[in-house]
Amino acid sequence: MTNLSALFDPKGIIITGVSNHPGKFGFVTLHNILVSGYEGAVFPVGREPGEVLGVPVLGSIDEVPEGAADMVFICTPTSINENLLRQAAGKGVTAAFCAAGGYREAGPEGAEAEQRLVALCRELGIALAGPNGQGVVSTPSKMCAQIVAPYAPAGRIAIASQSGNLVSSFLNMAGHTGVGVSRAVAAGNASVLGIADFLEYFTDDPETAMSLIYVESVDDGREMFERIRPLAEQKPIVVVKGGASAAGARAAASHTGALASDDAVFDGMCRQAGLIRARDVEEAFETAATFATQPLPSGDRVVVVTSVGGWGVAAVDAMADTRLHATKLPDDLMQAIDAKLPPRWSKNNPIDMAGGETRDTIPEILQMVAEHPDVDGVVMLGVGIQSNTAAMMRRGQFYPDHGLERIVDFHERQDARYGQAAAEVSAATGTPIVVATELATADPNNPAPAALRAAGKLCHPSAGRAVRSLHHMAQYSAWRRARGL
Amino acid sequence: MTTLSEAESRRIVSDYGVAVSPFVTGQSTNAIVEAMATNQIAYPVVAKLCGRAIAHKTERGLVKLKLADEQALGAACDELLAAARPDDGDVEVLVSTMVAGNRELIAGLNNDPQFGMTIMVGVGGILAEAIRDVSFRLVPITEVDASEMIDDLATQRLFDEFRGEPAVDRAALVDALVALANLGANEPGLVSADLNPLILVDGKPMAVDALLEYDDPDLTDRAAS
Repeated sequence: MTNLSALFDPKGIIITGVSNHPGKFGFVTLHNILVSGYEGAVFPVGREPGEVLGVPVLGSIDEVPEGAADMVFICTPTSINENLLRQAAGKGVTAAFCAAGGYREAGPEGAEAEQRLVALCRELGIALAGPNGQGVVSTPSKMCAQIVAPYAPAGRIAIASQSGNLVSSFLNMAGHTGVGVSRAVAAGNASVLGIADFLEYFTDDPETAMSLIYVESVDDGREMFERIRPLAEQKPIVVVKGGASAAGARAAASHTGALASDDAVFDGMCRQAGLIRARDVEEAFETAATFATQPLPSGDRVVVVTSVGGWGVAAVDAMADTRLHATKLPDDLMQAIDAKLPPRWSKNNPIDMAGGETRDTIPEILQMVAEHPDVDGVVMLGVGIQSNTAAMMRRGQFYPDHGLERIVDFHERQDARYGQAAAEVSAATGTPIVVATELATADPNNPAPAALRAAGKLCHPSAGRAVRSLHHMAQYSAWRRARGL
Repeated sequence: MTTLSEAESRRIVSDYGVAVSPFVTGQSTNAIVEAMATNQIAYPVVAKLCGRAIAHKTERGLVKLKLADEQALGAACDELLAAARPDDGDVEVLVSTMVAGNRELIAGLNNDPQFGMTIMVGVGGILAEAIRDVSFRLVPITEVDASEMIDDLATQRLFDEFRGEPAVDRAALVDALVALANLGANEPGLVSADLNPLILVDGKPMAVDALLEYDDPDLTDRAAS
């Protein structure tokens, strides 16, 4: 396995093609590296001497001190890059991210240049990412070496993508939800390092809990399968595939061939290898964020806890096309809850508290449910509604008089408490608790989603989406159990 | 691409351990009746025209079902042999037990350009390609993989008790899929295989048709084995 530590945690970075034009890749990359707080040495190299963003620009890689940089980020034209790589290798560089385009994607001449680039990197012992890629992000090194935005909060999700756009999407979702990222890399043309190489690195990476990949084309599916399967046993891998097609793979004499769409075969490969396949980009990120921040369920039995009615029904409906099921409430749990709530509560699953909760009821009931041995996972709904009412009171002309200040304060404290309780109880019991409210997107500053975010947990924007994430965890858990893992 | 005849395909599939409905072949009614006696095949039976170049038997009317006695069988044999065309090549009549079962699955193999040999199970019969309730894996597979393939099908009710028939014998179905996967892993030049339908008989899968396709145009060795 190639050692990619110089790519993800370089001690110093050479950036080629830096000028004072703030619209050019070299400038933007230097800017992003500096503003993300990278603490290693930075060596911009360009044709015009002087300073850019307060950093002196070197006229040549020759001026970089020996051994001071181990990564080069390439933003220069194809014609000079081989020469630059030789110079960089001479200074001790062992990893390159080639953001520059003009290679295979640009036609036959570019393809030849790419072949030369690959051969040269092999000769020099340089691990090459790209070319024609957007960059690499690594929060443990506070590094945003990208030709575009954004950076992301630190966390435990590692991302590798065949599309740079999707890296940006995932990083934006990380920023929005607060569930952060360890590493992120766009594979570009993937002429040397591909998705499987990055996954191998992530699997051994102590900063990473799970991986999230976006795949469009699979050149050698069998090789990918053989390489990824042992990795999926060690850490969860969520995959979303673009370009899924319903068309048959070939004009087949057999029914089996006619039924072998790319999508059906890819799906089967994922199930066999233990890859968690998401239906779309949103589901992929939310599932990854759930894997990264929740304990794995040990089965498919789910209890829905909600402060009022309809959301619970929606959650149970959403389980219909998943492996999850709303389990019958065990008698002892039923009695214990009955002692805490007024008689109008639902007395079945979903546990609809029917507004009967007092100050401590929700955290207490959550604890009783999550610690019960016959419950594998919890969906928690209805958080944030007290603060939603409070928000309307705050905005109205009567606030803070008429006792509004006091009740607003109470509502907001309660919702913050519910969010914290979800995080604490799941950590204490080892049972996943997925939380959902549309306020996660409609009003992210509502104290319930805000408290979840502060605790590092994802607040799903709907019950259905929370159920999908939990389903994927249960599916992976079942895959492991079936294989004695 | 060359396809084997149904009889050749059935023998190979059976050699790997997939149950196929009992059958005999012959060029005349007399030969077939004799072989049926030897192999203890009882009426009613199904008769089909069988040859390497013959595909789409149903569409050409080359399948005669529910033959109750020797007279009906004789008439069917004569009709089938008379229906052979010059470009069908060498043909014979295949006669097989009519098996009883309301549930039809499909199982098969396909050498995928990206993933190599793959195995499939799904809801079978003539609507298989319209329903598309299928599940694939990469060959070889373990028993666990086979079991999960069955779980992945949307039509799970097919595997419960059904119209007076017992629930599917999952272990038997798993064994059949693992056996088919072994065929896929070990047959050089195999391009695809169809077992359609794979009928659940008393809950156990039994192939009543088989079609193996190879990329080798000269399959004399394979047929001789």
